[in-house]
Amino acid sequence: MSFDKEMQEALVTFTVESAELLESMESGLMELENIENPEETINAIFRAAHTIKGSSGLFGLDHIVRFTHVVESLLDALRDGKLVVSSDLIAALLPCCDHLNSLIEDVANGNVKENPEVTESGNQLLQVLRPYLETPAAADTNVVEFQEKIESVETIAGNNIESGNWHLFLKFNENCLRDGMDPLAFIRYLTTLGEIVDVTTFSYTMPDAETMDPETSYLAFKVILKSDADKETIEGVFEFVRDGSYINILPLENRIPYYAELIMSLNEDSDQLGALLLKCGIITQRELEDGLKSQQVRADAQQPTLRLGEILVEQQVVQQPLVNAALEKQTQIKDNKARENQSIRVDAERLDKLIDLIGELVISGAGVNLRAPLSGDDILQELTGEVMRLIEEVRDSALQLRMVPIGTTFSRFQRVVRDVSKELGKDIELIISGSDTEVDKAVVEKISDPLMHLVRNSMDHGIENAELRQQRGKPARGTLRLNAYHISGSIVIEVSDDGGGLNRDRILEKAIERGMVSANANLSDQEVFALIFEPGFSTAQQVSNLSGRGVGMDVVKRNVTALRGSIEVTSQIGIGTTLRINLPLTLAIIDGFLVGVDQSTFVIPLDRVVECVELPVDVEHRDYMDLRSEVLPLIRLRPLFNISGVLPRRENVVVVDHGGNKTGFIVDHLLGEFQTVIKPLGKLFAHLQGVAGSTILGNGKVALILDVSTLIESIDRKNTALPRNLTHQST
Amino acid sequence: MQTLDIEGELTIFTAADQKPQLLAFLESGDELEVNLAGVTEIDSAGLQLLILIKREAAHAGKTLRFVMHSKVVVDILELTKLTTAFGDPVVLAYNEE
Repeated sequence: MSFDKEMQEALVTFTVESAELLESMESGLMELENIENPEETINAIFRAAHTIKGSSGLFGLDHIVRFTHVVESLLDALRDGKLVVSSDLIAALLPCCDHLNSLIEDVANGNVKENPEVTESGNQLLQVLRPYLETPAAADTNVVEFQEKIESVETIAGNNIESGNWHLFLKFNENCLRDGMDPLAFIRYLTTLGEIVDVTTFSYTMPDAETMDPETSYLAFKVILKSDADKETIEGVFEFVRDGSYINILPLENRIPYYAELIMSLNEDSDQLGALLLKCGIITQRELEDGLKSQQVRADAQQPTLRLGEILVEQQVVQQPLVNAALEKQTQIKDNKARENQSIRVDAERLDKLIDLIGELVISGAGVNLRAPLSGDDILQELTGEVMRLIEEVRDSALQLRMVPIGTTFSRFQRVVRDVSKELGKDIELIISGSDTEVDKAVVEKISDPLMHLVRNSMDHGIENAELRQQRGKPARGTLRLNAYHISGSIVIEVSDDGGGLNRDRILEKAIERGMVSANANLSDQEVFALIFEPGFSTAQQVSNLSGRGVGMDVVKRNVTALRGSIEVTSQIGIGTTLRINLPLTLAIIDGFLVGVDQSTFVIPLDRVVECVELPVDVEHRDYMDLRSEVLPLIRLRPLFNISGVLPRRENVVVVDHGGNKTGFIVDHLLGEFQTVIKPLGKLFAHLQGVAGSTILGNGKVALILDVSTLIESIDRKNTALPRNLTHQST
Repeated sequence: MQTLDIEGELTIFTAADQKPQLLAFLESGDELEVNLAGVTEIDSAGLQLLILIKREAAHAGKTLRFVMHSKVVVDILELTKLTTAFGDPVVLAYNEE
C-alpha cells in the first residue's frame, strides 16, 4: 500500500490522535472501578475505541479495525449495562489498549501492513475477552440466534421436545368417528406441516367397558409439533372437526420469548390487543372472534366484564406472558399515539405576544383600509380588501389558539359537588353538558372562582334537604346542572338547581328595608332577582336562599363584569333557580360597529347590533320611538358622554340587543364595521360603567368601546332613581 | 394362555361388533394374548378398543399382551406414542413387508 503525501500527513494525524485517544481510554479504564457513576466514563472509552476503529477503516488498516471491533463490542455491552464493570474485565481490557498502541505505533513507523506475529498476540488478547462477549450474545433474543440455540440444545441434550414450537391439545368431537372423520388422520396430516416431535394420547374420558361406546371418540392428544407453519394454518387442519371439538394451539413455552419479542417489534399502529396477537399469529381470527363474542356475552349477562386478554388466557388460546407482552406493546403504542396527538405547549406569553401583534396588525390594517378609498386607486382598494380578509382569518385562527373547552373546568366540579354534598348531608347529583364549548383560556381561568361560588351556593341554599324535597314531591336526590353553549359571539354558562327557587317577595321586602329600591317601584322579576347581586345584599343572611358563603354574590357579579360579561337569574319558587352567565368568547379582539357622535367615535360590539335605522323626525325629545309598532327605548349618546357640538341634520339609531330586549342608541353617524382590538382602560377608569375598553382607530384616534349591557343597566338604574350617574363618572 | 386372533379391519366399521368379542375374550382367562398380525386396517375406534381392553385387563389384574403387531398397528402406535404405554414388544412387526 502506498500513500501519497497528503495521505501520509493524514496518517500522521491519525496516529497522533489515536495515541491520544488510547491514552484517555487507558486513564478511563483505570478510574472506572473507583467512580460511582461510570456511565460517562464508559461512554468516553467507547467513543474512543469507536473513533479509532472508524479512522482505521478510512486508512484501510483492516487488522486494526478487526481488533478494535471486538473491543468496541465489549464496551458497547458494558455501555448497555449487559456487562458490569469488574477488575477482571478491566484487567483484560488494559492489555488490549497496549496492543492497540503498539499497532498504531507500527503504523506511525510506516508499517501499515499487518504483522502476523502481532496479530497472533492480539488474538490471544481477544480470547480473553471472548467469555465476556458471549453472555450478551446469548441474551440477545435475535431470532436466528435463538433458533440456533434450540438446535444446539437438541443435539447436546437430545431432548426433542425442546425443538418443537407448537403445542396442540386436541380433544375431538365425540361424534367425529361416526361422522367419518378419524382423529388420527388429522394427526397424521400434521406431519405434512412439520415434524411431530411428541404425542401423548389420553383416554381418561373413556368410561368403563360396559358403557363405552365403540363408535364414540374418547381420545385426546397432546402434540408437540415442530413446524414453520403459522397458527392459522395449523388450525386450518382441524377445520372440519372444529364443531364440538376442543382444539387448542399454543406456542410452546420456550417460544414465548420469541413471540414476545415479535410482539414488541411489531410495527403496528393498531392499539387493540386482539389485533396485535393476531398479527403475530399467536391467535387466529376465529379465536379472536370467539374471545370477543364471549366478552360480549358476559357484558350482556351483566357479569363482571373481563378484559379480552383475560378471556383469551381463560380459553387457553394464548399464554399469559404473551398477553402481558401484547399489553405492554399496547401501552407503548398508545403512548406513541398520545405523543403524536399531543399538542404543542406554547408559553402563554408568546401566545399573548402573537395576539398582541395581530391586534396591532388589525389596527394598521384598519388604517390602510380607511385610507385606501381616498386614494382613488381601484387596484389598491381591491388589494386592501384581500389583505383585510386575510388579517381577519389570521385573527380568528390566532384567537382560536387561545380557545379551550370549558369541560375541564366543569369536571372539577364533580369532586366539589361530591365533597360539598357530603359536608351538607344532601344527596346531590351533578349533570354536566356542553363540555365541548370552547372559550378563551383567560375567561376559563377567571370564571372558575365565581362558578365555584355559584355551585356551592346552589347546593347550600338552593337545593332543599331530602325531607323537605319529599314533602314537596320532588325526588330526594337533588340535581345540579352545569351547562355551556355558544350564542351570538358569546358563551353562556348556566348553573341551575332544582331547589326551592328565589323568594321574590322576601328579596323585595329586604331591598326596600335597606333603601335599595323605593317601596312603590314596579320591578320585574328579573330586576328583583338581580338585587341579590347588589353589595348590600350579600352579607344579608336568611333573606335570599342564595345568600353568600365566603365570597358574596356581588363579588361574583364583579368578576363576571370584569370579563365583560353579564349574569342573570331566572327562578321559579319551588321549582328551581338558574343562574346564567353570559361571557364574551374572547377578551382580546372583537368585531365592532363604529359610530360617530360629533368628533368622537364609539365602538359597539357588532354581535350586539341588530339593525340601524334613521331617527324619525317626530321623536323629538322623547326617549322612545316606534320601531315597526314596537316601543323602542332610546339612549342618546350625546348627552350621556357630554358631547356638545352641532347636531347633524339627521341622527341615526343603532338597535342593540340586550338580554332579549332591544334598545336604540342615538348617534350622529354610522361608520361601519371595524375589527377592534380591545385595549383595557387604565386603572383610573376601572370603575367606569358602560365602557368595556378603548381601541385605537386606523387614523390614530382613540375610540371607546361601549359595553352594551352595563351601559343600559346603569341608565335603567338612573331612571329608577338609583344614585349612580354615568354622565358624571364618565367625564 | 388364551389367544385371540384379530383378522381384517379394526375400525369404526367393525368396532361395534368387535367390542363384545374382545370383552368376552377378556373373561376367558388370566393370561391373555391378542394376535394383531391379521389386522389390515386400524383407526381411532380400533385404537380405542385396544386401549379399552388393555385397561380393563389391568383393572381385573389380568395380563394381556398384544403380539405380532401388523404394520398398520405399529404405525398407529408409533404415531400416538403408545408403544411404550402398552409395553408389548413390537420388534417382529418391523420385519414385516
